[in-house]
Amino acid sequence: MSEPVISMRGVHAELGSRPVLRGIDLTVRRGEVVALLGANGSGKSTAIRSIIGQVPVGAGEITLFGTPRRRFRDWARVGYVPQRTTAAGGVPATVTEIVSSGRLSRARFGVLRGADRKAVRAALELVGMADRAKDSVNALSGGQHQRVLIARALASEPELLIMDEPMAGVDLASQEVLARTLEEQVSQGTTVLLVLHELGPLEPLIDRAVVLRDGCVLHDGPPPRAVGQHALPGHDHVHPHAAHDAEPIRTGLLS
Amino acid sequence: MEFLDYAFMQRALLAAVLVGITAPAIGIYLVQRRQALMGDGIGHVAMTGVGLGFLLSWSPVWTATIVSVLGAVLMELIRWYGKTRGDIALAMLFYGGMAGGVMFINLAPTGSNANLTSYLFGSLSTVSESDVTAICLLAAFVVLVTLGLRRQLFAVSQDEEFARVTGLPVRALNLLTAITAAVTVTVAMRVVGLLLVSALMVVPVAAAQQLSRSFAATFAIAVAIGVGVTIGGTVTSYYQDVPPGATIVLLTIAAFIVLTALATPLARRRARSLAARQPAGDPAECAIPASRGTGGKVGV
Repeated sequence: MSEPVISMRGVHAELGSRPVLRGIDLTVRRGEVVALLGANGSGKSTAIRSIIGQVPVGAGEITLFGTPRRRFRDWARVGYVPQRTTAAGGVPATVTEIVSSGRLSRARFGVLRGADRKAVRAALELVGMADRAKDSVNALSGGQHQRVLIARALASEPELLIMDEPMAGVDLASQEVLARTLEEQVSQGTTVLLVLHELGPLEPLIDRAVVLRDGCVLHDGPPPRAVGQHALPGHDHVHPHAAHDAEPIRTGLLS
Repeated sequence: MEFLDYAFMQRALLAAVLVGITAPAIGIYLVQRRQALMGDGIGHVAMTGVGLGFLLSWSPVWTATIVSVLGAVLMELIRWYGKTRGDIALAMLFYGGMAGGVMFINLAPTGSNANLTSYLFGSLSTVSESDVTAICLLAAFVVLVTLGLRRQLFAVSQDEEFARVTGLPVRALNLLTAITAAVTVTVAMRVVGLLLVSALMVVPVAAAQQLSRSFAATFAIAVAIGVGVTIGGTVTSYYQDVPPGATIVLLTIAAFIVLTALATPLARRRARSLAARQPAGDPAECAIPASRGTGGKVGV
């Protein structure tokens, strides 16, 4: 088995005083595509945000590429797509300007060289937005905004992509473009962890699905192909996991 | 150009131009972060600094700089930690700053509310040699930060969460933005005054947005507007007996109105050329309703 890129062990996190993660174990290995599923409020986004250091972790341990997250500095290896419906800020910005900020992790002192500009251009081509490079993001549709946000994450040529609901509010045409883009990245060996509401057009890409409920891992295994009882977060589906010897899956908390 | 013969006018013009450059240069990041009124808040806090300067018989420009930098850092800390009651804390900071200024200046042996007025609304013709030195130094700092770190500040102001994952020192950059805004407020204090400073940070940026599609162009146009209105306002106040600070702010708003009027046909033309470039028959991509009615009118 290849080495873990993301590893969470017994991660607890609180928002305000409300416990949102209650002992999450999650391992994503190199080259895997893992979907994080679950109902609203199950802790999917918080789990992802704890990995990137956006949410303070109360207890437990997170490592990225084998380095404890607190000491992890090699952010150019990580591409992040936050949960957004727009790429726009309070001031107009072009598609290129937004995507270029994703390249800063590779640029020394924020100076973009020829190679950096080329990488930005390549990222725009991957999501099919190269012809809109000089347009203001304010003139884009919802799906195009999402494509820009994904291009921004790809601009640093990351080994690991972390995406929070990349398909939310995206029209069908853009969904297909995004699925193709992702497929290309995965075929080149990129590791992917993404939060999804439903598997949708990405289903064939997903190696493993992790279902959360009330801040606990409910299911960790093959994606629930069948729509119905099996896919529901309430469905208590426990797999024996030999690899996870550290802690049992805490479904006991839920019943 | 006879006004250039007077030393006080030379100083006034230099100070005004520096404000015209620095206020929009930092203001654009505040607008981008949707904190357009932060400059106003810092202006209120700076009043305590002015009062303190009179009380201690120090230069009010420097005491205002120190106090407004402290205030801006405090505001940034409140934004981090005080999630629920942050707005109340900010309100207390603003009004506490204002009341503190009035209190200190009246306690000072040489101070009165009349002194305070020149800082509230600006007093360009009384800018002294030492004021000019201070303004030049502070303006150099602002230009260095806003241009030198433009990519980093752009990324942090555009999407703080994403910026953190690119490994940028987000907290340090946020603090630097706050400090730079505070410094700009004190640079602009003698020119347009503490109560009007925020206008020069925000309105040129809003006006530039009417014309521009990119951040870089918005930055350049906003600074050009800033320089134009500060020179225009200063010269106007020399020939007509009008307060320069208020003239500058009114000119800025006039620029905004004119550019908005000019921008509407421009936006329509842009939408049309965009529609022409788009391949036909892509129903999922109709983002711009203004593209309707481009064709089909021939022969009517």
